[in-house]
Amino acid sequence: MSKRLAIISTHGSLDAAYPPLILATAAVAMDMEAAIFFTFYGLEIIKKGNADKLQVSPIANPAMPQPIPGISVPNIIGVLPGMTAVATNMMNGWMKKANVAKLSELLNMAQELDVRMIACQMSMDVMGIKKEELIDSVEVAGAAAFLEYASDDAIALSF
Amino acid sequence: MSFQFDQELDCSGLACPMPILKTKKAVDALQTGQVLKMVATDPGAVPDVQAWTSKTGQELLGHEQDGPKFTFYIKKIK
Repeated sequence: MSKRLAIISTHGSLDAAYPPLILATAAVAMDMEAAIFFTFYGLEIIKKGNADKLQVSPIANPAMPQPIPGISVPNIIGVLPGMTAVATNMMNGWMKKANVAKLSELLNMAQELDVRMIACQMSMDVMGIKKEELIDSVEVAGAAAFLEYASDDAIALSF
Repeated sequence: MSFQFDQELDCSGLACPMPILKTKKAVDALQTGQVLKMVATDPGAVPDVQAWTSKTGQELLGHEQDGPKFTFYIKKIK
C-alpha cells in the first residue's frame, strides 16, 4: 500500500488551489507522507499573505454556477471589467456558506503537519519570484527533487 | 448508542478535511486505549471517519446520527 502522495500544483486560481492542500493535509492525517511541488502559477498559493487573495475567473469556465439561479448569463460576459472580482466574491461566499476552511488555514495546517512544500526554481526564475516572497517552510528545488520523492512508490497527482 | 469517552472534540460546522485533521490531532494526544468522542455536522464525515480509522488502524467503536449531528466514538489502538 502506498504511503506517499506526490502532488504537482500548476494553477493559481482559487478553485485550483484547494485540492492539493486538502489532499496533502488529509494524507498526512492518514499516516501518509505528502509533498506538493508548486510550479508556474501554483507559486501564487505559497506567496506570503497571498493565499486568501487568489481569484477565480468566469471566462472559459462554463461549469461555474450562475449568479442568479434560473437566469443564464452568457459566458462572454466574463470578459467585462470587474467580472473576475464578481466571480471571486461569489465563490468565496459559497465557500463560507459551506463552512470550507480558508486557503490560509489549510496552508497553516499543511505547515503544521509537515507537508513537504517544494517551490520550482525554474518557475521562480521565469516569473521573477524570490525565495523571500514565499512562506518560510518552503524549500526551493527542481524536477529531480520532486521525482526522487515521487519515485519511492508515491501516488502522484497533478492539479 | 453511547460509550465511555476520555476526550471530546466538536467539529460542528467544519467541512472536509477539517474534521479529519482535528480528529487526527486529538487522537494523537490520547493515551492508547482512551476514547475520543467527536461530533461533526458534515455528512461526508461518516465515510471519511470510517476510512480514516481503517487506514490508521484506530478503532471506530460506533457512530450515531441525531438530526444534523453525527457522533463518533474512536478508540486509540496505537
